[in-house]
Formats: sequence, structure tokens, C-alpha cells
Amino acid sequence: MGKATAAIVGSGNIGTDLMYKLLRSAHIEPRWMIGVDPDSPGLKRAADQGLITSAEGVDWLLAQDERPDIVFEATSAYVHRENAPKYRELGIQAVDLTPAAVGPAVVPAVNLGAHLDAPNVSLITCGGQATIPIVHAVSRVAEVAYAEIVASVASPSAGPGTRANIDEFTKTTARGIETIGGAAKGKAIIILNPAEPPMLMQDTIFCSIPVDADRDAVAASIKEVAAEVATYVPGYRLRTEPQFDDPTAVSGGLARVAVFVEVEGAGDFLPPYSGNLDIMTAAATKVGEGFAQRIHA
Amino acid sequence: MPYSADLDIRVTDSCLRDGSHAKQHQFTVEHVRSIVAALDDAGVPVIEVTHGDGLGGSSFNYGFSHTPEQELIKAAVATARRAKIAFLMLPGVGVKDDIREAADNGASICRIATHCTEADVSIQHFGLARELGLETVGFLMMSHSRPPEVLAEQARIMADAGCQCVYVVDSAGALIMEQTSDRIAALVAELGDDAQVGFHGHENLGLGVANSILAVRAGAKQIDGSVRRFGAGAGNTPLEAFAAVTDKLGIRTGIDTLKIIDAAEDVVRPIMDGECLLDRLTLTMGYAGVYSSFLKHADRQARKYGVSGAEILMEAGRRKLIGGQEDQLIEIAVALAAKK
Repeated sequence: MGKATAAIVGSGNIGTDLMYKLLRSAHIEPRWMIGVDPDSPGLKRAADQGLITSAEGVDWLLAQDERPDIVFEATSAYVHRENAPKYRELGIQAVDLTPAAVGPAVVPAVNLGAHLDAPNVSLITCGGQATIPIVHAVSRVAEVAYAEIVASVASPSAGPGTRANIDEFTKTTARGIETIGGAAKGKAIIILNPAEPPMLMQDTIFCSIPVDADRDAVAASIKEVAAEVATYVPGYRLRTEPQFDDPTAVSGGLARVAVFVEVEGAGDFLPPYSGNLDIMTAAATKVGEGFAQRIHA
Repeated sequence: MPYSADLDIRVTDSCLRDGSHAKQHQFTVEHVRSIVAALDDAGVPVIEVTHGDGLGGSSFNYGFSHTPEQELIKAAVATARRAKIAFLMLPGVGVKDDIREAADNGASICRIATHCTEADVSIQHFGLARELGLETVGFLMMSHSRPPEVLAEQARIMADAGCQCVYVVDSAGALIMEQTSDRIAALVAELGDDAQVGFHGHENLGLGVANSILAVRAGAKQIDGSVRRFGAGAGNTPLEAFAAVTDKLGIRTGIDTLKIIDAAEDVVRPIMDGECLLDRLTLTMGYAGVYSSFLKHADRQARKYGVSGAEILMEAGRRKLIGGQEDQLIEIAVALAAKK
């Protein structure tokens, strides 16, 4: 079975980390790395790995005789919104690692199968990739009226884009908790912690559950989904058993389950503490492989 | 230069925001009305009203509010005759729409808090607050954890974003005397006429009033306190004591000392679940440099898992947790219980 060809647009840290993951893929051949700065270290690394590189942007890529089957975009929301219609017109499937949210939101462990033919899919946010699978795990066995996640990430792994748009992170993640996670109402909180040495990405997921919910079934479902995520994000793990609480005044009168996960990055290019970035490039790889298998099916 | 023609410094009472932690976020409209009326009558110029963790703080992680905070803000605005009503927001917890709603409800001072190394997450919120015509204040939380020059750089980011007064916030109640004044002086030197400097103290080492006086002497123009210490950890700088001390020192705050002493005893104390005490847990927070709002959470998890609350707090200090990471206290308690 042949491999699908891919271009990475955006030669920064995320694009570079993604390249190393795609180079290991059995289904994808990363052939192009596209940037806008000829001095970008990411383009140099890509050239060293044998990719075709260009600092002349997407228009150069799309003017070539041979074009990729799949494009992974790790630029900015603004740039991706400009580029998305061009990919679509040429029939190139796009995996969007920016917050642009042009296409349907995808979390591989939950809804990848439903969007294998989509011209463009969005990976939401790192916090969404880490927490929505758990919300889904709970909501498929018990009614979740409200789910809330707290994403703690190491300060050095939060780039200027995240910092300038922190409201967009919380709002986009909260929407994903509802539409993909299956909670009636969602809330997201993000904390940037500057501790040295940097902390691993840690996420806490609180889901309300009915007082008489089958807690064993909830716990079993959580473990099953966490194991599924770990198949494509090897550093994804539960830190404790799921913790259950009966309703109190400070819990808004709701019974709840609390789930504690951490994400250790694979260290392909980015440091292992930045699990928040690793889970994005790992999820992008998983989505791209889904596209590739469909293309060559 | 004094704060204004009438005041050497301006004081903000925080018991209806920081006290929300001690009250486990169960304030009612009646509580707000009676406290605002008493503080307003005593001449307190600014009263802060919000969930303890700021706008949008009502949650599993921090505790759900009994009454929505926007209702409490409305009640405060309707009650105050002279005092301005302030609110707090933490980027990453609240969002810009929450600021708009608080402004629509009549609050006039927007206080935006970040961890003391992460000021750049507040830029979009300061921009909005100024656009809405709100007065702005910035909080550099956990200021004990970084040296004066780092705080000054972060204060500059806030001032450039539109913040009119940057506070050194001693969230852990861990600053000791000159550590306070050195930080204030560094901010005053950096900001010059671009923004004022403020100080928000806690009592975890018993130094709230003393640190606040040193802050004033180093050039702080705004000071926070809470009547009867009603706040997180061992509580905030007791405002009635601060009023008495500033009176004696000839520092003009506009607060009637005898009236605020009565308000503390007759109005605020009956609303508190208990006094805010300097006891084993709260002293541990000041000693280990732990965020004061962790107190009630650590206490709750200690009881649920049968472990020591002080050990939870010490571990929180070792892990360098910052404000907002209350969720991690549960995981610490589970890990401590597993070790037993």
C-alpha cells in the first residue's frame, strides 16, 4: 500500500516536531516543509531530513506540478483562514493545528471516523485533545449535565499566540467539551505555571454525574478511553484512579467524578514537559494517517 | 505625591471578594447589602465584590457560588452611596464577556490578576477594560516568589497594556517587611508617572499591617485590606487596624476609624463562618509560600482522605503550585493517602 504525501505549512516548533512524527509514519510521507523565513531553523532541519523546502509560502507549494494529498498547517489562525479555501479548491485535505476552526473539530479517540472525508478538520486546542476524550468516556455511560476541565501547562510551552488569545482557548475548549465530549454544558480553565524545572502538562477533568450513577462503569469507561488515547499519544496517562464525590454546597449540589491526567511529550523535537504541544502533533499525525488510509483504501 | 487632594492613599476593601474563599463562596445579596452599607458609611472608597477566584470562578475547581456574582455586584452598586465597586478577573478563568457584564451592572474598577511572571496574558483584557471606560488595576500574584526586578518588568507589561495601578500581591502572605518595600520601590522606579503601585497583603506570617505601612513608605498609593481579616488563608490585612494605624501616623485614607471598628464587630463578624485565624494550616502557608486560597480546599481534602492538611500544603509548596491549581490538591491528597 502506498503512502499519502504530505506538506507541513509552518516551519516553527510545532511544524518541526510534527515532521519527526510523520517521518516515522507507515502511512504518510512528509515531502514538503513550507515557511516564510529562509533562515528558519525548521526549514534547515527539514532539508537535512530530505524534505523539499521553500520559504516562499503556500502559493509556491500550490504552484508546483506535484501537490500533496494532505497538508498540515501549523501557522496561525489568521493565515490558515486565508489558506484553507485554496487547499479545498485543489482537493487537498487539511489538518489544522491552529485555532482557526474552519472545519469540524476532531478528537481522534472520539470522532475521527465521522470526518475522514472532510476537506478540513480542526484539532481544537491542546487542552481539548487531552480532556475531551475523558468527558466522552463519562458521558457515554452516565448523563453529564456539566463538565469542567483545568489545563495546567508549563509557561515556556505557551507561545505568544496562546497568551494573546487566552479567552479563545477557554471558549473553544469549552465548546468542544459540549459538542464532542457530550456534556450539556462545558467550562475550561487554563493555568500557566512557571515552575523550574518545567512541569509536565497536567489536566483535571470534572464531570457531574447522577447521584445513582454506576461508578464502576464510569471508572472502567475512563480507563478504556485513556488507553485508546495512549495508542497515539504514548505519554498520556491517568495519574490516579478516578475520584468520586457526593454532592455538597460547594459542588453546586452535584455528584461528580474527577480525573487526573498528565501528558509527557515524546521529545521528538520539543522538550518532554511540553505535552500540550506533543498531544497536538500526535493527534495531527493520527488524523493524517486516517486520511491516508482512506485515500489509499 | 498623594493619591488625591484629599487622600494620601486609596484603600480597597476586599472582604466581599477575598472573603468569598473563607465563606466558601456562599455570599447572599443580603450579606452584600449589609457589608457595603456599613463600609460605605465608614468612608471606605472602594469595595471589591466577586467570586473569590474572580469573574467566572464559580466552578467545581474553586467552589460554586451560592448567588451568581453578577447579582452580588448589582446589589453592591445599588447599595453604595459614595464607594466605587470593583471586581476581580483572572485571564484563563474568566473571559472578556464577564468584564462587559460587570461593567453593565455598574461596577467601575476592573482588577485583573495574573501569576507574577505571566502578565502578558492580561493584555487583551486591559485593552477591553479601558475601552469600556473602566478604571484598571493589575495584580501580580505570588509576588514573594520572584525578585523585585522581575516584578518590575511584569508591571511594565501591564502598564503598557492600559493598567493604571499595578499591585504587588502577597497571595501567600509570605513577604517579610523589607521584601515588601523593595518590591514596591522597584515598581515605583519602573512605572514613574505611567501607573500607580499598590499592595495587597495577607496575614499568614502576621505582617499584613506592617507590610502595608512599609509599602506606603516605599511609594504605594493603593492598599488592600479586608475588614476583620475576612479573606483567604489567615485573612487579609485587617482594614480596621490599618485605619487605626494610618490615623496615628497621619496618613489620610478618608476612613472613619471608629466607624470601621464598629462595622468589623457588628456587621462583618456575624456574617463570617468563623474568624480567619493564624493557626497551624495558615501559618504553614506563609512559611511554605503557598497560595492562601488553598486553605479551605486542603482542609476539605485532608478530611476526605484522612491525611494531614499541613502536609498537603507543604507538598503544594514543593511542587511550586500557583493560584488556580486547586485541583492539584486532590491529587496530592490521594497520593499522600496511598503512601500511608
